[in-house]
Amino acid sequence: MNAKKSDKLATGMIYGLVGIVVAILVALLGYILYNGVPDINWHFLTSEAQSFSAGGGVRDQLFNSLYLLVLALIISFPIALGAGIYLSEYAKDNWITDIIRTSIEVLSSLPSVVVGLFGYLLLVIQLNLGFSILAGAIALTFFNLPLLTRNIEESLRSVPDLQREAGTSLGLSGWKTITKIILPMALPGILTGLILCSGRIFGEAAALIYTAGQSAPSVDYGNWNLFTETSFLNPMRPAETLAVHIWKVNTESVTPDSSVISSASSAVLIIVILIFNLGARYLGNKLFKKMTAAK
Amino acid sequence: MKTYDFNQQYISKIEQEVALSTENVQVHYGKSHAIFDASLDFPRFQITSLIGASGSGKSTYLRCLNRMNDRIAQVDGKILYRNTDINSKNINVYEVRRHIGMVFQRPNPFAKSIRENILFALRNNGINDKKELQERLETSLRDAALWDEVKDDLDKSALALSGGQQQRLCIARSIAMHPDILLLDEPASALDPISTSKIEETLKLLSKNYTIIIVTHNMQQASRISDYTAFFHMGHIIEYNQTKNIFTAPEIKATEDYISGDFG
Ligand SMILES: Nc1ncnc2c1ncn2[C@@H]1O[C@H](COP(=O)(O)OP(=O)(O)OP(=O)(O)O)[C@@H](O)[C@H]1O
Ligand SMILES: [Mg+2]
Repeated sequence: MNAKKSDKLATGMIYGLVGIVVAILVALLGYILYNGVPDINWHFLTSEAQSFSAGGGVRDQLFNSLYLLVLALIISFPIALGAGIYLSEYAKDNWITDIIRTSIEVLSSLPSVVVGLFGYLLLVIQLNLGFSILAGAIALTFFNLPLLTRNIEESLRSVPDLQREAGTSLGLSGWKTITKIILPMALPGILTGLILCSGRIFGEAAALIYTAGQSAPSVDYGNWNLFTETSFLNPMRPAETLAVHIWKVNTESVTPDSSVISSASSAVLIIVILIFNLGARYLGNKLFKKMTAAK
Repeated sequence: MKTYDFNQQYISKIEQEVALSTENVQVHYGKSHAIFDASLDFPRFQITSLIGASGSGKSTYLRCLNRMNDRIAQVDGKILYRNTDINSKNINVYEVRRHIGMVFQRPNPFAKSIRENILFALRNNGINDKKELQERLETSLRDAALWDEVKDDLDKSALALSGGQQQRLCIARSIAMHPDILLLDEPASALDPISTSKIEETLKLLSKNYTIIIVTHNMQQASRISDYTAFFHMGHIIEYNQTKNIFTAPEIKATEDYISGDFG
């Protein structure tokens, strides 16, 4: 076989494989959207879930998912940023760093059920947080931290060393160089990673079932005092998320329209995650352009 | 490869004012010894070029001069600048680097506007006076022969400039700090002949007010622009003399072979 022929064959094979991946993705997404989108309407998005009768919505679950996401990011982003900066800029190549890296890798491959059960034992039982948004957010932090740290470290590393030398040679301190020169250049990558992590958190169920709980008590969306019981912002209340809702509706629901609710909720979930993903690309590109190209 | 005796050296004494000098500088990368006993005096307001084969230690030596090897290599010996050993432990390295600036082989402007590239480090060094900043911006860009090309685009991203312009911007960024000494590591090696000659002109002009030390692989460049030349070979400084002597009547066989291209 000559080079040209084998090249053609290899190219064809690669196209074929890519085609299979794309086909599976399109089929999955298409199936979920096709089944769910027709049942999404304003009423579905803005009314409470029903336990026994038909016609329930996902208002509280949708809000809970978003609220948990925000809380989880508020907790995990600063930690991940610090750890990422440390690993990429300060850590020496020695056994301590190796241990940290390995732990992060192990943590990132931990099944989320394990994270959930660990969160249950530690946060819900031991620390007495009960099934609560706070417990859920902390469990999600465990779940999210390794990937986010990795992402931030990689983004910082991808900034050429020449930039660090430029800063240093102008008499800037290491910290100034990192915060004012390296970090801005890494920002598009960090942002993209952050939003992709958000998608992962948003779709997560297993880590939340035993931490944030499976019930969505009625809350008052007009009560902004997060220290009162009925406030929608109260972090100590249990909060069923959209992903947990889907799981619950499918396993133990007795509402007559459970299949409709499940497919519509799945579609909502997928759409939000798609928005995150597209948003990540758009924002990342835009930021990068803004920094590199002429204004 | 021909072998030469490292003990055969010719290091000429500098008669005029000295801006910077090194005494018995040794550099180790881990166990490997990269620079042996380097002792040189750099004359003030002159251009000195460092030449030698790849891997001979030119960059390593140059980076010692403003402590850029701090986290990379072990540097021993004395580096004297204004009667102070700037290689000692208790020296403020940030201050050293403000007096001794550096330009690298590949242009490395910040991902900021042209204006910010120049002003950023100045502000960080406590210069906040608007007039002063504006003045330094314009002067440094003029001195680096870039002003006419960019004066209408100061707020555009520096990354949109050509490689040659970026390198001149880096030179401007360094001289805006008003250093005493400018170190350049093959600043023109990635550039076309036109950009190269612009940079050479720039350096020639700058040498009126700055002491310049430049690493170059380009012999013509060394002989065109520099007043003094040091020849490095395998971590040793073999010969150091006025450029015209080095290129017309080298004292050491190794230098002669290297310059005539009959080396190794
Ligand atoms: N960061 C480093 N770590 C370990 N060894 C290094 C490092 N940098 C340089 N060296 C070694 O030190 C020696 C001198 O290298 P140096 O870069 O100073 O040479 P040079 O004369 O600048 O070469 P070139 O002309 O190719 O730039 C070489 O043997 C090189 O392998
Ligand atoms: Mg070099």
